[in-house]
Formats: sequence, C-alpha cells, structure tokens
Amino acid sequence: MRMSARTLYDKLWDAHVVHESPDGTTLLYIDRHLVHEVTSPQAFEGLKLAGRKPWRPDSILAVPDHNVPTRDREKGIADPVSRLQVETLDANCKEFRLTEFRMDDRRQGIVHVIGPEQGFTQPGMTIVCGDSHTSTHGAFAALAFGIGTSEVEHVLATQCLWQKKSKTMLVRVEGQLGQGVTAKDVALAVIGRIGTAGGTGYAIEFGGSAIRALSMEGRMTLCNMAIEAGARAGMVAVDDKTIEYLRGRPYAPQGAMWDRAVEYWRTLVSDPDAVFDAVVEIDAADIVPQVTWGTSPEMVVPVTGRVPDPAEAPNPVKRADWERALNYMGLAPHTPIAEIRVDKVFIGSCTNSRIEDLRAAAEVARGRRVAPNVKLAMVVPGSGLVKAQAEAEGLDRVFKEAGFEWRDPGCSMCLAMNADRLEPGERCASTSNRNFEGRQGAGGRTHLVSPAMAAAAAVFGHFVDVRNVQ
Amino acid sequence: MTPFTRHVGLVAPLDRANVDTDAIIPKQFLKSIKRTGFGPNLFDEWRYLDRGEPGQDCSKRPLNPDFVLNQPRYQGASILLARENFGCGSSREHAPWALADYGFRALIAPSFADIFYNNCFKNGILPIVLPAEVVDRLFQETYATEGYRLTVDLTEQTVTTPAGEVFRFEVDAERKHRLLNGLDDIGITLQHVDAIRAYEQRRRQEAPWLFV
Repeated sequence: MRMSARTLYDKLWDAHVVHESPDGTTLLYIDRHLVHEVTSPQAFEGLKLAGRKPWRPDSILAVPDHNVPTRDREKGIADPVSRLQVETLDANCKEFRLTEFRMDDRRQGIVHVIGPEQGFTQPGMTIVCGDSHTSTHGAFAALAFGIGTSEVEHVLATQCLWQKKSKTMLVRVEGQLGQGVTAKDVALAVIGRIGTAGGTGYAIEFGGSAIRALSMEGRMTLCNMAIEAGARAGMVAVDDKTIEYLRGRPYAPQGAMWDRAVEYWRTLVSDPDAVFDAVVEIDAADIVPQVTWGTSPEMVVPVTGRVPDPAEAPNPVKRADWERALNYMGLAPHTPIAEIRVDKVFIGSCTNSRIEDLRAAAEVARGRRVAPNVKLAMVVPGSGLVKAQAEAEGLDRVFKEAGFEWRDPGCSMCLAMNADRLEPGERCASTSNRNFEGRQGAGGRTHLVSPAMAAAAAVFGHFVDVRNVQ
Repeated sequence: MTPFTRHVGLVAPLDRANVDTDAIIPKQFLKSIKRTGFGPNLFDEWRYLDRGEPGQDCSKRPLNPDFVLNQPRYQGASILLARENFGCGSSREHAPWALADYGFRALIAPSFADIFYNNCFKNGILPIVLPAEVVDRLFQETYATEGYRLTVDLTEQTVTTPAGEVFRFEVDAERKHRLLNGLDDIGITLQHVDAIRAYEQRRRQEAPWLFV
C-alpha cells in the first residue's frame, strides 16, 4: 500500500488545515458560510457583544427559508415571532453588508438548494451552515457539514472551526437502479441498512456506478440524507456532471479562472488505492421504492413490504422503540404498506424540491386527480428559480390541474416552522428527510418517500409501488 | 462558558433510543432570537399534555404524569441517562441550551449524534459515552434506588456510582482542557490569527477563485 493514497475526504481535509493541536484537534479553514434566520441571530448577537465583525463577508450567503410563508407572501409573515426572526436576519445582513436573498428576491429559496444553484457551492470547498442538512453540498466533492450556533459565531469571527478528523466510510452502490427507483430510495435503503447511527463519527463518500449515473440533483438528495445515517458529511467525487452543472452559474469562476478551477476540481476523487475505515456495498438492483413506517428514518421498508412486528425486533431496546413508533404512527404490525392511506402529501424540502424532483412528481400527477381522501397535496419548490423553471416547463399547470397546491419556496412542512403543518393524527406522504415525532406538526405522522412515490400516494390516496404506475 | 470539573447529581433515566433534537426542543421554540429561557420547553411534546407555543406560562400547563421528568423522584435531576444516538437530527443548539437551562450538567449514553455532542461542549454540558451494558446497568440502578446520584469527574474522566464503582470514559484532550477551564473557543482561535492570515495568503495564490 502506498502511504500517499488519500480518500477524497483526506484531500479536502488536508487542503484546509490552518493549525493542528497535539491531540489532533485541528483549526480548519472555512471557504463558504451559508446563513439562515433560525440558527444565526444568537451568533450575530454574540459577535456584536464582543465587538467583532465577520472575518470574510464575501464567504457568506444568507437567506430566510425556515419561517417564510409559502403563499400570499406579499402580505408578509403573519406570525410576529417568525417575522421578527426574519427581520433580525435582514438587519444583521444589512449591518455587516452580507449578501442576502430576501424573501421577495426571486433567487430566495432553501439554503441548500440555492447554494449549488448559484454556483456558490463548489468542489474542494469547506462549507458550513447552522443546519444539519449542509451535508447536501458534499454532492459537489466539498466538505460540507452542519454546525451549531456557537460555531456559526466562531466562523463569523475567525473563518475557521476546531474539528477532529472523522473516520471514512465508502458506500458503494454498483449496478443500475430500476425504473422508478431514485436517489431518495438509495438514501433510505442505505439508512435502513446501516441505521441512523451507522455513520456516526464518519464522513461518507458515495461511490460506485449507480452513484456516478445519478444527476447532480440525485447526488444532492443522497448527500442530504447522510446526516440521517449519522454522518455529518456525505460526498461524491468530481466528474463531468459536477463540472457541467456549475458551468456558467452566477458565482462560479469565469474564463481563465474557470479552467484553473476545473483543473484542480478534477483531482477531487479518492485515489484508487485509498483505504476507507469502513466499506458498505449495495447492489443497485436490490433497491426498490422505500417507505418509512416509523419515527426514525431507519424504520423503513420497501413499498412491497409490510409494517414490521415488534415481536421480531432484534433486541429489547429496539422492540420498545418499534412499539412506541407503531403506537405513535397508528399502525398495526403486518399491515401491507400499500394499504396505508394518507391525509396529506408534501413534495418539497432540501431533500427533494429541485427541478428533477418536480418533474418526476409531475410525471405521475399528469392527467390524474388527487384522491378524495387526501385533504391537501402541496408542492413547494426549493427556490424561486426552481419555481420559475418548473413554470416554464408547465409543471405548475400539471400539478394544479391534478388538484395539488403550487406554493412559494421555503422549508415549509418539512419542519413546520411556518404555517404549513400537520394536525394531530394526520398522516402524510412526505419527500422530506425526517419522520420524527411531531416533526411536521405535533402529533403528525410522516412517511418518507421519493417525489414520484409521494405524487402517486396523492393520486391513489394510499401508497402504491410507483413502478406499476404508467 | 461555565467550567465543568466535578459534579455530583441526581440521575434521571430517559429510556428511549434515537432521541432527536426535535423532541428535545420542538421547532416552534426555535423562533426565539435569544439563547436563554428554553428550559421550560425541554421535551415539550412529551412533558405537557397540551400543545406548546412560544411565550406561554408553562407553570400553568397540564403535565404528562407518565413522562419521566415529571415524576417527583426525579425533580432536581442534573444528570440525564439516555440510550444510543441521543441528540440525532437537527443541528439546533437550542437543544443543549434547553438541557442546560433545565439544569442538566452531564449526559450519559452509549452514543451521541456528532453535531449535538459537539454543541454540548460549547455550553458547559459534558456528554459521556459509556458502553451499552454499563448504561444498561445504570438504568437498572437508577430505577431501583430513589435518589440515585452519580459523581462525574472530568479531570479523572470517571463516573462513580453510590456503591463506589468507577467507570472511566474517553474525551479528547483539547475538549477536556477547554471545558475544565470554561475557555471560549473564539478567544483561543484568535491566538492563531497569524496562521489564519498566512493560510489565506497561500490559498489565494493556489486557488484564487475561492476568494470572490
């Protein structure tokens, strides 16, 4: 073994070391800092109380996304507490002259959608945000991870973070995904395999022919969910798709600088003989559309399966978890997934609100109607630009004609900080990332699925295997 | 930051795996622009029978008598015993803020989610990883003995039971040093200003497109 062989993670790490302490704790330089309204106010307050300023304002892009309304936006935010939080972000960005896409900017959207969309996210960067789904940006061979508010303040003040190097895990998916099987299903299948703590302490690189075949949107979906497997960071090596996605984006390098950047980006792959601390191998052909049945993303089964029986749980702690989850979800063991009826459908979130996601959902919705038992089916594009693109393609009409609501961009019902939420007991097919108790509204019941599966649940009123939908 | 050296405290058992930060502090309380006052809403959906909203007077809300922290024997608990993957999910630092505001100084579990684990150290809370079988025993002892207290010593990296049994835990030297002394990370980092500037200068040469 050549000692010089490095993983992609090693390369990203090595390029950002500013200082290393004797125990390996490292001061790591941060290239990009994405900021939203929920996890930043206390950081800006701390910065100001200490008489400090942002170290590098040009490294920051801010956007309100969690609290923003998804309709009647011109009327402003009705909830005064939400409104104050967004106004606080506006004021902080104004005071420190930071770039912010405000609520009325057509580029506004979910922070993890707009970073890549603007080309602000690039290969080889360290990217942080006070949001766990920052792992999304790893799709561009960047080292991207979520941080807490103290660390948001730390990055604002110093452009650096103290980090310990993670272990490395390669999740290799070889073969071809079946028709109707998406990156979301891969993500859920991986979590089902390794568990929600399976990636704790690791940075995951997704590789293999099935990953290379994914679009950038698909890779973002996959890396987005790395955190649901416990890994702070997920990543995919650079290839032609990465580079073509970024070409011409507003914040991407131009001209001769572009060529220089591309030359560097091409090196951002794991060396062939690099050694990972753990390797998980998955056959793409084994993955079928997934549906979660419980209150943790690891509680997932194929759409062709049934709700499991706690009596068959591997240990007493899991058995108690499964019983509690089934009780919360209002489900009986052995119920076929395809017999579970839904009350609401949510298509959106930083996991699945990009143009490819909306196309896949629209394909299923086209010429059909939302089932009578579904009280609300909503589509929330990831950004104003995604929304505009979808409208240019006529997808909004497809959705509206089928009885879906077509909304304005934001985090919306993924975490229900704005007015979009489930009522107690309501069951939702959701393209988001977390099915935790109360996540989409107190007492709400979430089933995580892909966009096509969510659209199919909306028009059939219950889960169906989208592979059988023409 | 409050330093953590040695702490003796009443133990409360939260017997669930994968307790996520949405459960620790639900989203509606994240609308606050302050760092304080989250304690009354810690575990809000499990702790109260009604729906919690920001700004309520929690002392008048109906408590869920089945929730462990509402049981009289665990009042005043400052050490939380939990199961694996505690603190998974969202990066919200409001979770450790709420735990600290409630009065927790130490957490013991077989594993913690990475971001949450990291956030605890920034707020004077010591998250302690012990083997699952040890945690299991501590659960049993906590249930069996009313007023069960543990002694946590960060200097020695030990947890000691009332019977005098000692369990050693691991913690990074650097984190330990900072928590023992209550040191502010930013203050430490700014001692490396020259190294940061030198890095930036070198990086501007190598990869100028990173600086827009």
